[in-house]
Amino acid sequence: MPRIGVFVCWCGSNIGGVLDCPAIAQEAASFPGVVYSTEYKYVCSDPGQKLIVDAVKEHRLERVVVASCSPRLHEETFRQVLRRSGLNPYFFEMANLREHCSWVHPDTTVREQAQRKAVDLVRRAVAKAARLEPLFPGKIPVVRRCLVIGGGIAGIQTALDVADAGLEVLLVEREPTIGGNMVKLDKTFPTLDCSACISTPKMVAVAQHPNIRLYTYAQVEEVTGYIGNFKARIRQKARYVDHSKCNGCGTCWTRCPVTVPDDFNLGLGERGAIYIPFPQAVPNKPVIDLEHCRRSTRGKCGACAKLCPTGAIDYEQKDEFVDVEVGAIIVATGYGLFPWEKVYGEYGYGRFRDVITGLMFERMVNASGPTGGKIQRPSSGKEPKTVVFIQCVGSRDEARGKEYCSRFCCMYTAKHAHQILEKIPGSEVYVFYIDVRTFGKGYEEFYRRVRDEGAVYIRGRVSKVYQDGSKLIVRGADTLLGEQVEIAADMVVLATGAVPAAGAADVARMIGIPQDKDGFFQEAHPKLRPVETHTGGVYLAGTCQGPKDIPDTVSQASGAAAKVCGLLLRDELETNPLVSKVNEALCTGCLACQPVCPYRAIQPVTITERLPGQPPRERVVARVNEGLCQGCGACTVACRAGAIDLKGFTNKQLIAEVDALCL
Amino acid sequence: MILLGGKNATEKDSVGAVVRASGHATLLHCYQCGKCTAGCPLAFGMDYNPNQIIRLLQLGRMKQVLGSRAIWICAGCWTCTTRCPCSIDIARVMDSLRVIARREGQTAQGRDVASFNDLFLQSVRRYGRVFELSVVLGLNVRRRRLFHDADLGRFMLARGKLRFTAEKIKGVKEVRRLFSRQGAPVRTRKERVKE
Repeated sequence: MPRIGVFVCWCGSNIGGVLDCPAIAQEAASFPGVVYSTEYKYVCSDPGQKLIVDAVKEHRLERVVVASCSPRLHEETFRQVLRRSGLNPYFFEMANLREHCSWVHPDTTVREQAQRKAVDLVRRAVAKAARLEPLFPGKIPVVRRCLVIGGGIAGIQTALDVADAGLEVLLVEREPTIGGNMVKLDKTFPTLDCSACISTPKMVAVAQHPNIRLYTYAQVEEVTGYIGNFKARIRQKARYVDHSKCNGCGTCWTRCPVTVPDDFNLGLGERGAIYIPFPQAVPNKPVIDLEHCRRSTRGKCGACAKLCPTGAIDYEQKDEFVDVEVGAIIVATGYGLFPWEKVYGEYGYGRFRDVITGLMFERMVNASGPTGGKIQRPSSGKEPKTVVFIQCVGSRDEARGKEYCSRFCCMYTAKHAHQILEKIPGSEVYVFYIDVRTFGKGYEEFYRRVRDEGAVYIRGRVSKVYQDGSKLIVRGADTLLGEQVEIAADMVVLATGAVPAAGAADVARMIGIPQDKDGFFQEAHPKLRPVETHTGGVYLAGTCQGPKDIPDTVSQASGAAAKVCGLLLRDELETNPLVSKVNEALCTGCLACQPVCPYRAIQPVTITERLPGQPPRERVVARVNEGLCQGCGACTVACRAGAIDLKGFTNKQLIAEVDALCL
Repeated sequence: MILLGGKNATEKDSVGAVVRASGHATLLHCYQCGKCTAGCPLAFGMDYNPNQIIRLLQLGRMKQVLGSRAIWICAGCWTCTTRCPCSIDIARVMDSLRVIARREGQTAQGRDVASFNDLFLQSVRRYGRVFELSVVLGLNVRRRRLFHDADLGRFMLARGKLRFTAEKIKGVKEVRRLFSRQGAPVRTRKERVKE
């Protein structure tokens, strides 16, 4: 029997306030194999860790049990302590007295039962600890290449950072240009610097970077493999323009006879069937929208092909597939706008042309937008004198929208208010708000400046917008006065909230990232691992993880890049040793385990068996790929011969735990 | 219902006058935290709380503000001003509002407030201090309610708080000079009749 040490943690008052820790430690001392048992306020702290190191030395401990919090929180911490003490880090077992006992049984009437349960939990841990075996992580090679999905500011920043570190980057963007939502914006709060001026140089840097391979108008279709060794299939959608021949002269898109509502300008402008999304697009070469192209709808035209000086137009182009190997994936798929037209009848379901969204306003006020920067009513083209902003459209609306706050709307609305007051002399601006959230550096100051400039903020939600002649009547309430307010407005701008980008669910399924209740990608830990996911080697950047403004997006993108560099700049990767192992002597080769494995980690292999006194013979057995296996244990249950064991959770160990609890 | 926008133009100009007269560049930065109301010893008697007065000014509702009782109930104790996190001098705003309301003859309780102010200052100008009986009687005459609050007079007399003869202070001349320097804001009865 190995020599076991037990350390009971108070976790301050988290455990100590409910359970009698000294009594638990005293009782644990009598469990088989326990040679040392003690308690301490915070075992995870520096002096707490020293306590373990010293006890290992002094009492020649061979196994360590810590009765404290969840292994999810501190298992790794204590494994490191064992490593420092000279023990195999897997000679460690945890009893969860916090989440499994004190937090769920705080009621004083059940104190005694809670205490008994805590002792049982420690008894279980000790029983398992006695049967622990040393485990050693394996090594796998790493592909030094990173896939970035999404070419908005998050994808651009993260790609540049990874590429600057000397690693190869593949940046995949589904639109014909990179730039995402940021490049559509006019100015950015609170500094009012021009969004295009700060993002287009970065777009160009991406296109010119020797370490970045750019795939625009492309989509990742399939991802397999595991951390350090992913395989991805990229679909390059047919552009019907051979970009290797095209020199971006612009003859084709200026002469296309078709006009289509321009989605880059959110329908405020028009484009041809062959087009570039905007003049500073990267790459600055067109694609053909075959759905609207006259040659495909009516069978004749071909104007672009006739006019193209380099013969780059190729109507017969097909989608192509590129298979790549990468070591890490950064997901930066961004956000879309809440579909308010489907929900808010009181704002007109999108029937009123002068009710627009904040992003439409950005395009309108943008010098390179459809109106050349002139703020005008979409219905008449006239300059609006009274503009009403409605905040929290879709956000903070449990009933019909989203429960969460979209974070950046308050500030972009303040910026819009500033731009109206600046550009239209004598204009009136009213902002209906619930709370104004100015969370960033310089944001509150900007909000105050906008109010000083004359924006009238009215606390209350708007309940109705209706057309009265050429005016829009906005009916709301000033909850600070307790009076109804009615405003005859020329234009209404809705601060529509952010939702995950269209197709986010497909990306989540393809890569295996959990989504939260609102469809944003779930980070591994909300505070301490905000850029990682639970899938090894997959990281998050930007608004695909949750609404955030540009500075936060860029920070997270750089954070994800740092994580990827930390992963890929190593020669080899340590694998998690808590994986399944097949005892080939027992395996019958039935492969019942193969279909139950969610990670496709089990493959059949043929082995040559040499038994004494018999000629060698070949037979099929199951084998686990340790790089793919995540240690879920499904295969061990499926194995009829009992040939598969999950290391760290072997059948022998589990039965010992059950015995300790039940016998 | 507060109507804004288009034809329902706000009374920006008249609000601007109050804002300037009270020494502010703008009142729009008031974020309606309500600290002025929270500390106001007289808010219980006001029709609009101090923060609501500022709010109405933000919305350009000058008439509503001038017609309110709140500006006359304000005692000018300056609690609001000293505590305002936005550095708004609310007491001075109230002061400016009273001046404008008085000038424009828009006072909440009809002529009463104006009459009382007239009689009070008239008394000070004449005697250097208030001659209570003349103020009270003058007010009652103007209100055509001669014996209003007459029973209170009994108690005041008993405590020696009410005299039948006016008492002048020594420096009446100086006080009058103060009044004339101030541009004679108080008119005598004759002057008023002339008008």
